[in-house]
Amino acid sequence: MALVNESAKMEVQDLNAFYGPSRAIQDINLQFADRKVTAIIGPSGCGKSTLIRCLNRLHETAPHAHAEGSVFLDGEDLYRMDPTAVRRRVGMVFQKPNPFATMSIYNNVSAPLRFNTRPSREKMDQAVLRALKQAALWDEVKDRVDAAATSLSGGQQQRLCIARALAGNPEVLLMDEPCSALDPIATSKIEELIAQLKAEYTVIIVTHNMQQAARVSDFTAFMYLGKLIEFGPTEDLFERPKEKLTESYITGRFG
Amino acid sequence: MKFDLAGRRKIFSHGMTVLSGLAIVVIMVPLVAVVYEVFLLGAPVINGAFFTQQIPYPCTPEPGITCHQGGVLVPLEGSLVLIGLSSLLAVPIGIGAAIFAVEYGGERRSARLIGMVADVLSGVPSIVAGAFALSLFIIYDPTQAFSYLDASIALAVLMVPIVTRTCEEALRTVPHSVREAALALGISRWKMTVRITFVSALPGVITGILLAIARSAGEAAPLLLTLGQGCAHPLQGITAEGCALPLWIFYGATNPYQNWYNLAWGCALLLLGLILILSVLSRFTLDWMARRMRGE
Repeated sequence: MALVNESAKMEVQDLNAFYGPSRAIQDINLQFADRKVTAIIGPSGCGKSTLIRCLNRLHETAPHAHAEGSVFLDGEDLYRMDPTAVRRRVGMVFQKPNPFATMSIYNNVSAPLRFNTRPSREKMDQAVLRALKQAALWDEVKDRVDAAATSLSGGQQQRLCIARALAGNPEVLLMDEPCSALDPIATSKIEELIAQLKAEYTVIIVTHNMQQAARVSDFTAFMYLGKLIEFGPTEDLFERPKEKLTESYITGRFG
Repeated sequence: MKFDLAGRRKIFSHGMTVLSGLAIVVIMVPLVAVVYEVFLLGAPVINGAFFTQQIPYPCTPEPGITCHQGGVLVPLEGSLVLIGLSSLLAVPIGIGAAIFAVEYGGERRSARLIGMVADVLSGVPSIVAGAFALSLFIIYDPTQAFSYLDASIALAVLMVPIVTRTCEEALRTVPHSVREAALALGISRWKMTVRITFVSALPGVITGILLAIARSAGEAAPLLLTLGQGCAHPLQGITAEGCALPLWIFYGATNPYQNWYNLAWGCALLLLGLILILSVLSRFTLDWMARRMRGE
């Protein structure tokens, strides 16, 4: 299956996702550029979280949920791959920090390694160190990696979840409103982090915060009522929206 | 008017506080009375011999006759054997059923069926569980119809629903976000269940097991049908007839001999203590694990 755009890391084709009989997203076609940040914005309930959850096949784990259509990762259809293999290549960070409460900081970050690839202790130490540094958390936890993950603050926990997602060495990082449970300082830390992460990863971020989308992303997709309304470079979409709906949304007339 | 309303509320509030306080006193009375009685009559026989000696010859002291007190070594050992064997049978089945119901059943009818079966099973009278286990052996292996093995099956029937239900609830309290976190890392469903979800639910699971043990350790009715007459001689293995603390309470209390009667009260105290320890232990484990998980 040829990609329309050579630099696209992921491509969504005619994607529909359902909860039982109700369709949450309709005929989505979208490309995610390699090593760029793509933001998905839209009012609550527009299907942006559902869309991102289809990109690592997590959507189908919800009761009665299923998806139809294709999502290509480097030209290979995710929906023809083993879902666990997909999720090892496409990491995810959730709205609320969700570290494993029963595990230490170290064990949280090393979880994808310990449970999946089981490398040697030495390799695991290196991977954990790298991930914690990438998530800009190392300096804060280097003296207490064996402390409980829940002893960290909310913002630290979210960065821990980012480190955990990165430790498995994914190619794409999905972020589902990663800052919505955080204060402004923690938020700006995560945003700085996103800017650094795109050097190595394709980042796809769902956000209800338009300023955040404008700050962190290279491309923006605007969704409304389950449909993709407009997609383009972030600057174009915010400054010269082609669709009337997009314009009303970004100027705050609804949503 | 406003003041008046506030006054009435206050009076009502105080009245209800007094009433609920009274309710506490009322439920304390039987508890205290039972513990007091058992302690008063049981404590005198609790000594070294009580734990180490066999059941004595039946005897009532009269002028010129002194009775041997003896001990309840065999019933105590028997109870421990029964706890071990019945847990071995009931715990894996209960945990397995709960894991299927919560983690794999999803919305399937079979998952809800497990909960229903557990509820119905927990309503089975213990004597019926005994009759079931007895007939099972009468049909398939009459030579072991009265044995620790038989009695353990009867007790396991009573334990399975408790373990299943508490384990199910414990698994359901693990937040969905934890499962999603694990799945999103590409961890397989089975590993997630065993090494993440189940571990998170462990305090609740342990509590459920201890509660099930506490329940079955005090059962006499199913043992009457399944354990046979093994109180008078030492433990002979799990396929032989046996004895247990509640069973000895029944025999001792319904016999006219003073020393057997006294030992029955001793057994009652021991059993009460055992179950109390189990309950406290389950509460303690729950707190301790919860604290450990919060990282304190």
